[in-house]
Amino acid sequence: MKADEKVTVEEKLGLVRFKHGKESHLSVIAEDVCVRCEGKWCTTICPAHVYEWSPEQNKVIVNWENCLETGACITGCPYANIQFQYPKGGKGVEFRYG
Amino acid sequence: MAEEKFDACVVGAGPAGIAAALTLARGGADVIVLERGSAPGTKNVMGGILYRKMLQDLVPDFWKEAPIERPIAEEQAWLTSGENVVKLGFRSEAFAKEPYNSFSVLRARFDPWFAQQAEKAGAMLINETTVLDVIKEDGQVVGVRTDRKEGDVYADVVIAGDGAISWLSKKAGLQPDRPFPAEHLVVGCKEVIELPREVIEQRFNLKDNAGMSIELFGDVLRGNAGYAFLYTNKESLSLGLGVMLNDLMRTKQKPYELLDVLKAHPAVAPLIKDGEVREYAAKMIPEGGYPALPHLYGPGILVAGDAAMMTNAAHREGSNLAMEAGKLAGRAVLEAKARRDFSAASLARYEKLLEQSFVLKDLRRYRKLPHFIARSGEMLTVYPAMANMLAERFLTVSGMPKGEEQLAMLKEMLRMRPLPRLIGDTWRALRAML
Repeated sequence: MKADEKVTVEEKLGLVRFKHGKESHLSVIAEDVCVRCEGKWCTTICPAHVYEWSPEQNKVIVNWENCLETGACITGCPYANIQFQYPKGGKGVEFRYG
Repeated sequence: MAEEKFDACVVGAGPAGIAAALTLARGGADVIVLERGSAPGTKNVMGGILYRKMLQDLVPDFWKEAPIERPIAEEQAWLTSGENVVKLGFRSEAFAKEPYNSFSVLRARFDPWFAQQAEKAGAMLINETTVLDVIKEDGQVVGVRTDRKEGDVYADVVIAGDGAISWLSKKAGLQPDRPFPAEHLVVGCKEVIELPREVIEQRFNLKDNAGMSIELFGDVLRGNAGYAFLYTNKESLSLGLGVMLNDLMRTKQKPYELLDVLKAHPAVAPLIKDGEVREYAAKMIPEGGYPALPHLYGPGILVAGDAAMMTNAAHREGSNLAMEAGKLAGRAVLEAKARRDFSAASLARYEKLLEQSFVLKDLRRYRKLPHFIARSGEMLTVYPAMANMLAERFLTVSGMPKGEEQLAMLKEMLRMRPLPRLIGDTWRALRAML
């Protein structure tokens, strides 16, 4: 990927190495809270674009496989509606440069 | 996991944890380090500039063997406004020579080396182990519960160096068990862009592996308080930014889109041209400062580094505070061990040592800064814009007589920031830093 190429964050995340477990370490606690949430901040503050609002499904989709484990979501959700745990030992993102 | 009981259990093989483990192991203590990544550094991100002094105290002449990238010989600050930039800089031949002042580093390369120093001194490093909770007996922390089978680890003292989120210090009751407020956190993201060594040295006017750091302020951050950075590594550039989380929530801009704005800036784009993006990374930086510090010790537990909000945003410092705090934590535990007393009163020695060091002295001195930045983020846009306006008008030969031009510059300045606010900003900025 060239530095001046216009790419999506998902394409950028394709450069990152992950070792995924079977289960998500992230979840939305109560989906109805997201429906009422006026800002849907999780969909904009997360630097890995893990959270996506789906109007069709009327809920937040959690692309946990993209998680860079910053923890921005738990601080940025004003309703404390996101459950975030570190992935199991040895799982999750694996930076090669960092 | 291990039948024996350790003198100390360090959680997190980052700068704080490893500095603690190294100090403890050298002091003859039995120390175990638990790291959730498959190796130290795999979860760790920074810009990143590492200062020499604190690491040198632990590992003399480390730069001769440590996987650092480049010693930083030139530092620049770019004040951006639209497509314009006012550049300030300092270049030092002394910074380019031993013992150096600072280095660019890539943490996934640096951290394994640092951890190795602790292992060589006798510390036991266990990777792939996520710590879930502290184990308490009668209020005293006596170990940690991990996600491994039979994964309880017992120790006289637990040192939490578990990073910006620090579940552990929360579970141990050293800080409230809830997320930090958004105005205490910075969200950072960066790309590592590979370029041939000679191209980097040509573009940045560097030689003999010396490096440059550039920090960018102003418009390029689209109204979010924070700064962007461009650091030269051996054969790559680290390009990224960090902005206050509360601002990101207010402006609803996405960190990676801000990064794209940065990459497209006409002063930045030629520097990264033809580069190959190797990695995209992100991290949260705790910048609540002194008022947001957690309790630094409790019965059987200490906390250091990002986990304890030990960063100095104004000076781009973090990993060095972590190393110093880790070292002092190690020292305090060795003293506690000699006394056979791991109560909070005994471990309070750690805070005393921190108070005598630059760590707490600096954090206290800058105690008003985080609040100031969180409240006055717009200044980070207004003043760079003013500097560019003044530079542009000063340098443009328009045919207008200089006296008239100067008056116009002054008027424009006061339009951008009325006099009472100019004075107020200066006063508050000085108060926040002095």
